Amino acid sequence: MGEVDTKGVVLLDFWVSPFGQRCRIALAEKGVEYEYREENLLGDKSPLLLESNPVYKKVPVLIHDGKPVCESLLIVQYIDEWWPHRAPLLPADPYARAHARFWADFIDKKVRPPYADASYVLWKLKGEGHSAAKEEFTGILKLLEGELGDKKYFAGDAFGFVDIALVPFVCWFYTYETYAGFSIEELTPKLVAWGKRCMERESVAKTLSDPHKVFEFVGVLKKRFGVE
Amino acid sequence: MAEAAGEVRLIGAWPSPYVLRPRVALNLKGVEYEFLEVTFGEKSELLLRSNPVYKKIPVLLHHDKPVCESMIIVEYVDGAWANSGHAILPADPYERALHRFWAVYIDDKWFPSMVGIGKAETEEAKAESAEQARAGLKLLEEAFEKLSKGKAFFGGDTIGYVDIALGAHLGWAKVIEQMTGLKLFDEEKTPLLAVWAERFCNHEAAKEVMPETEKLMEYAKIRLGK
Repeated sequence: MGEVDTKGVVLLDFWVSPFGQRCRIALAEKGVEYEYREENLLGDKSPLLLESNPVYKKVPVLIHDGKPVCESLLIVQYIDEWWPHRAPLLPADPYARAHARFWADFIDKKVRPPYADASYVLWKLKGEGHSAAKEEFTGILKLLEGELGDKKYFAGDAFGFVDIALVPFVCWFYTYETYAGFSIEELTPKLVAWGKRCMERESVAKTLSDPHKVFEFVGVLKKRFGVE
Repeated sequence: MAEAAGEVRLIGAWPSPYVLRPRVALNLKGVEYEFLEVTFGEKSELLLRSNPVYKKIPVLLHHDKPVCESMIIVEYVDGAWANSGHAILPADPYERALHRFWAVYIDDKWFPSMVGIGKAETEEAKAESAEQARAGLKLLEEAFEKLSKGKAFFGGDTIGYVDIALGAHLGWAKVIEQMTGLKLFDEEKTPLLAVWAERFCNHEAAKEVMPETEKLMEYAKIRLGK
């Protein structure tokens, strides 16, 4: 990562990206002013993006006084460490921090939107492959619900890192349900309740996309990649 | 201030680069620990109980509380023994973000290309994976230049986060070089990394736990059935 000429805080992002939304939520929780720059991921990538993230060429990228930070969870940690005094996102205790990192990493590995990797299957496969994907996804949601338990948020009473890692996917629930033919509320009611609680926070409510717009977007992607 | 053995246990296996990482971190902090060695692939009850999500090594048990995922363990060790030894991650948030970025790159992009070399069934596939691995090393060479600021390690004067992330793979890198005849840590193409690699392997925190190439080669042959 090199240095680019932009002062203050700039976020290179794409409206529906759950990874970008993690960063937006973190910045909002901290009350940090920033410039949002939309990248058109369905078109050409801007020179600034290519320069700021030469390794992956992906959003989100946070550029702070010209210095780029890449990878959404790393950006969230950076935001937490740079602005530590307000709304701490990670707990102080090293064991609790390791626990939070573990679950955020799990979410990063297992909960994916369809464009994040070409092999993400829920909306592409038919028949057996589709049922297997549905079962796997159900398993992941249940594991997450197990971890949440009866707590208000993943770390307890304070909204934090794991919540931020997962909550952008809440606006994808409608899409998952429609393609998979299941009800997430029936499968994991505590998780849905948690999602609603998170939506009561301004940072989340103002960031998450309208679930119907997300569904429309997936429709556009499917046409573009010739998936029926 | 070393912890009494018994308070810190590490479930692992000697050939695993992921297990190596917490071992180097614990050594850097002067922490005594009990190494609970498992046969690779064997899932002991303790392992299944401590890491129910992935059922994989390494798992650090500190006062019986499990920490999983190698680099998360490294960061935990850095925090739990913050007053011992040197800091593994730098203090500055931007530098930390860079160290974490490269550790993720090493695991998500570079190491898979190394695995690709090992698994390649044709000369073409092998050459392609080798090209990717070398391209990755060139990026890491640039990262080294930037992060080390002219000093011996990615972490500066002493072993840091990225050193541990990459250094852990050196044993298997040597095996792949020997088995394929390909030079990966090339003195001409990536001179800084070539020197760093030797330095890492000889560092007191890594020396005793780095597996010997001969032992790994034998192990690889048995596992790959070659």
